[in-house]
Amino acid sequence: MVRFVLQRLALTLVVLIGLSMLTFFVARIIPADPILLAAGPRASEAQIQLLRERYGYDRPLVEQYVRYMGDLLRGDLGTSVVLKRDVGPDLARYFPATLELVLAALLIGVLLGVPLGLVAAVYRDRLPDQISRVFSLGMVSIPNFWLAIVLQLILAFTLTILPFTGRFDRLLHPPPTLTGMYTVDALLTLNFEAFGTALRYMIAPAFCLSLGALATIARTVRADLLDVLGTDYIRTARAVGIPTSVLILKYALKNASLNTLTQVGLFFGYTLTGSVLVENIFSWPGIGNYAVSAALTKDFVPLMGVTLLTGFAIVLVNIVTDFFYLVLDPRIKYTS
Amino acid sequence: MTIQTSFPRSGSPPPPPAGNKSLRLALYRLRQSPLSVIGLVMVVFILFAGVIGPELVPFPEDATGNTRMEARLTAPNETYVLGTDDVGRDVFSRTVIATRTSLVISLVVLAIAMLIGIPLGAISGFFGGWVDEVIMRITDIFLTVPALLLAMAMAAALGSGMVNAMVAIALVWWPGYARLTRGQVLSLREREFIEATRALGGGRWHTIFRHILPNILSAVIVKASMDIGFAILVAAGLGYIGVGVQAPTPEWGVMISEGRGLLRQAWWASIVPGVAMFTTVLGFNLLGDGLRDILDPKTRR
Repeated sequence: MVRFVLQRLALTLVVLIGLSMLTFFVARIIPADPILLAAGPRASEAQIQLLRERYGYDRPLVEQYVRYMGDLLRGDLGTSVVLKRDVGPDLARYFPATLELVLAALLIGVLLGVPLGLVAAVYRDRLPDQISRVFSLGMVSIPNFWLAIVLQLILAFTLTILPFTGRFDRLLHPPPTLTGMYTVDALLTLNFEAFGTALRYMIAPAFCLSLGALATIARTVRADLLDVLGTDYIRTARAVGIPTSVLILKYALKNASLNTLTQVGLFFGYTLTGSVLVENIFSWPGIGNYAVSAALTKDFVPLMGVTLLTGFAIVLVNIVTDFFYLVLDPRIKYTS
Repeated sequence: MTIQTSFPRSGSPPPPPAGNKSLRLALYRLRQSPLSVIGLVMVVFILFAGVIGPELVPFPEDATGNTRMEARLTAPNETYVLGTDDVGRDVFSRTVIATRTSLVISLVVLAIAMLIGIPLGAISGFFGGWVDEVIMRITDIFLTVPALLLAMAMAAALGSGMVNAMVAIALVWWPGYARLTRGQVLSLREREFIEATRALGGGRWHTIFRHILPNILSAVIVKASMDIGFAILVAAGLGYIGVGVQAPTPEWGVMISEGRGLLRQAWWASIVPGVAMFTTVLGFNLLGDGLRDILDPKTRR
């Protein structure tokens, strides 16, 4: 067990170092010169040279990488050439907003996906199952940035029941920052009005993001339930006369929940990606939106920061998922 | 032995047609699943639209930065069946032409991804040892970061444009194929027919290319058919952000991005290309889902 955890951590470290190299070399080797772009079209040779020296771009690549890694280890993610701000504090400010959105999306995915999968399993191969299958495939086929626009058009523009963009009412003060997640902060400070406001802003983007997880969770729950329903202990329980509803909700679902948990863990990363475009459309001040503006201005330091942070978060969630799996299912032994 | 429960199960299907022709069997299985037939019909229709659609549309000249200011923001009518955009271009024509753009992008992306991923995966699985370790750690790195984010960084670094977008997406897409191929090779490597090939003096490369790769074809086809849709989504995402295909080339992501600013005056400009993209991706996913049932014995009921 201890060995397994250590092994996972070592592997994770390798992956993270590799990730830092990948982002670094993508940013530095591939042609577009960030300094030229930052300096603007009218900068003189001398000004460009000065900028190069200031950001250390005149040094050999390997030296630049070593320096970048050194800075990273000290928690310094570098300085944006375009924004002329440090990337670290920016990420710290924007990440809670993204995390809030992603967690809300995963919550929606579970709350809607589990019942959908349950219905599909109970009515296996009949109409509800077929509908659930089409629904699931449909949900992973919808471009989420387009769905975001459709929701804006319907809910905000035509029906005017939800705000168009943003994260909180501009005329009101958001709840005091504890976690940086408005809904959580509002609940912690028992400010239910702010909670309601934050929720109204969050619901549409979170729903757009939830579809991939929702669909996959529904399919996983269906498959696992069908597996469990075919086992001996369920047959015995049925023979003893336990009603079907109790059987499914109390016995089968419990055993099917393990894979669902893994799916939620896996979909953390997927949902985080989706948030890049959805945040942009809803003007949600998260790291996705930050990454898009950095990509458009070819500002690589923030882009690298976002990539690293995302990779780190995903690796962390994977480890936690594995750990839960280990704790929840004593049959699993990690030996190798 | 299957356990009888009171849960509804499908009635036993009619027996498959006589004869052991694999194609006939595949077609038979395809017919058993109406959803994949729908998917197949959708895909055929989309391919048709992509291949000859651009020659048939009412306003082929709108594929460029053509303007028709007198007709700008026209709601759908007899001339412009799905309305016009802010410079008067026919949304229907551009949407159809964009089908070709998206199909080309996703097919090229998958082709490059396979050309990189399959050989690497085969080498990894066949040789094992440190080669395997190195290649797999590299795929780990790529698979940790969301494809869209990495493709975004690559596309930003390479510079925008269709070719660069394709390269960027392919560069983050190959690890999936490497992983798939490796897994398949690992399971094939120990099989008797491979052992026989080796015993008869077949070299390593001969074994890989002539005996192993042809046998993993069905797994690759299933993955590719599911991936076409996702590659279209990523490419459109890049186009939407502005680091992929550039205006005025008709591309769904670019069109949605342009139409987004016109939401209040002309909803059709962003909704129509999205419907086309949704239909396309759904068609490929339905077909891929059906193909998986047919070709992958593990999921066969």
